[in-house]
Amino acid sequence: MYIDPHAHMISRTTDDYEAMAAAGVVALIEPAFWIGQPRTFVGTYVDYLSSIVGWERFRAGQFGIRHYCTIGLNSKEANNEELAEGVMEWLPRFALKEGVVAIGEIGYDEQTELEDRYFRAQLELSKELALPVMVHTPHRDKKRGTSRSMDVIEEHDIDPSMVVIDHNNEETVAETLQRGFWAGFSIYPSTKMGNRRMVELLKQYGGERIIVDSACDWGISDCLGVPKTAKLALESGIAEETVRQVCYGNALAAYGQSGQMREEDWLNPPQIDQRTLYEGNSILRGGREPVIGGAAARRSGLIIE
Amino acid sequence: MPSATEVLRDVVLSRAGDESEWVTAQLAALGQGAPERDLHIFLGLAPRRLGKADLDPTEDERTAAEAARPGWSLDGWSVDGAARVLALLVHAGQRPFAERFKDLRRTADAAEMIALYRGLPVYPEPETLHFEAGEGLRSNLKPVFEAIAHHNPFPRDHFDEHRWNHMILKALFVGSRLSPVVGLDERANPELARILREFAHERWAAGRPVTPELWRCVGPFATDGAALADLERALSEGGAGAKGAALALAASPAPEARRMIEGRPEADDIAAGRLDWTTLEAA
Repeated sequence: MYIDPHAHMISRTTDDYEAMAAAGVVALIEPAFWIGQPRTFVGTYVDYLSSIVGWERFRAGQFGIRHYCTIGLNSKEANNEELAEGVMEWLPRFALKEGVVAIGEIGYDEQTELEDRYFRAQLELSKELALPVMVHTPHRDKKRGTSRSMDVIEEHDIDPSMVVIDHNNEETVAETLQRGFWAGFSIYPSTKMGNRRMVELLKQYGGERIIVDSACDWGISDCLGVPKTAKLALESGIAEETVRQVCYGNALAAYGQSGQMREEDWLNPPQIDQRTLYEGNSILRGGREPVIGGAAARRSGLIIE
Repeated sequence: MPSATEVLRDVVLSRAGDESEWVTAQLAALGQGAPERDLHIFLGLAPRRLGKADLDPTEDERTAAEAARPGWSLDGWSVDGAARVLALLVHAGQRPFAERFKDLRRTADAAEMIALYRGLPVYPEPETLHFEAGEGLRSNLKPVFEAIAHHNPFPRDHFDEHRWNHMILKALFVGSRLSPVVGLDERANPELARILREFAHERWAAGRPVTPELWRCVGPFATDGAALADLERALSEGGAGAKGAALALAASPAPEARRMIEGRPEADDIAAGRLDWTTLEAA
């Protein structure tokens, strides 16, 4: 049983949902983010937020996966001041929707003045609504950007236990953990983190406050990042308990602080949800062994009915 | 006779437990023209504070709902959904109702959207909600579509024939049952019967099963040879399809329709009251 606490499913196909469900993913979190190109209207941003709290959540439920999301103005689009001002007005309405587990992903991209302004404004919003925060750390000038993110969060007097610093690597993890934050790692090919490196980090740091995610999106990425890392870690001799922590338990503990994500959601879903919004996970129903790559057979078959 | 608002208020308060004071205070503030932001927050907090359990209406509550709006049923409603609709009804807003509804619908999550549309029969100015009802019918979320199509008298009372027919057709397309549609027999019409027969032809051509409920809207208009031939085919395929065809033939005004089912086991079941549209299993 796994949670992928960072997956942009709006960009993924039904094959991915099938593969994730078959591999044992029971819940995932879709952070509000950039969609590969900038939005030029506030309205398109509003409709995007409305799809991740509505349609995408329903779509996931049809595959037996519980879908949660985070709401926020991302750092890239924070640089369009007109758009950013407009989006900020709508955020409080979306932040209280069902299944919203954090304000995020927010933070820095190029570390500009506008990014800083909206990062801070959203940290304040998270405090007002008592929601956790998911922080996107920059790709460029990463180490400094990560430290700076944590400085600003402390300046705003937010408890680090309410904050997940995501996209960590070997260079940033020690400081993130030492300062008391949750440390997310995105198993994303070629850029962020590979799963062999991840296993090495688990050997060094153990499982406390570490969270593994796939960050799969519209780029070349792997929606099975979490189950594959779990499998590799177990094969490499990492304790089962540690694997469970980093691929399931810690994400639940961190984002569960929102009050919007509970283990019962997938283990014992409310009847009304089961009838309307959630079809139930076949693994939980049938107890069969999780497999990786269940959708492959359909993809390679010739007949389409 | 209690109004729809009073019915909902009783239903919600009787299930609010420790939160009844909070609900009462919120409703009072909304009724005195609190800003829309307060309405948004109440809608967001409703499931958090009241839970999402099925409403599971009592007999008295069913009767009260039916009395307040003929055809209105609380079946399938949840506690938070009822509270949300109630808040909309009591909120003394500055803007026309349809505008406020549109604004809420644009940013609704799935459960909110279901609640918003279940409330259609009890909103003021129903004639201004046609566009909004159309948006809900076009939703890709089956439960949102069903919030309008099932247990809801709004379509029967307010849809024109074109929209009604397309709602029935969409229900069949997305695998929704027809029996919970309010006014299904009253609103049957020859154009719908034609559309549904063509849909059945498409399904047969594709080698896919034809939902037996489809024939319910065909039966009363099955008077010519072509329509009876379609029912003959469904009858010959046996199973649930034959049951649906037999029920349709029993409702046809054509004398030959009666002859087609004579001596069949389905005809005995119909005569004995063992087979009707509500007991018919969906294929």
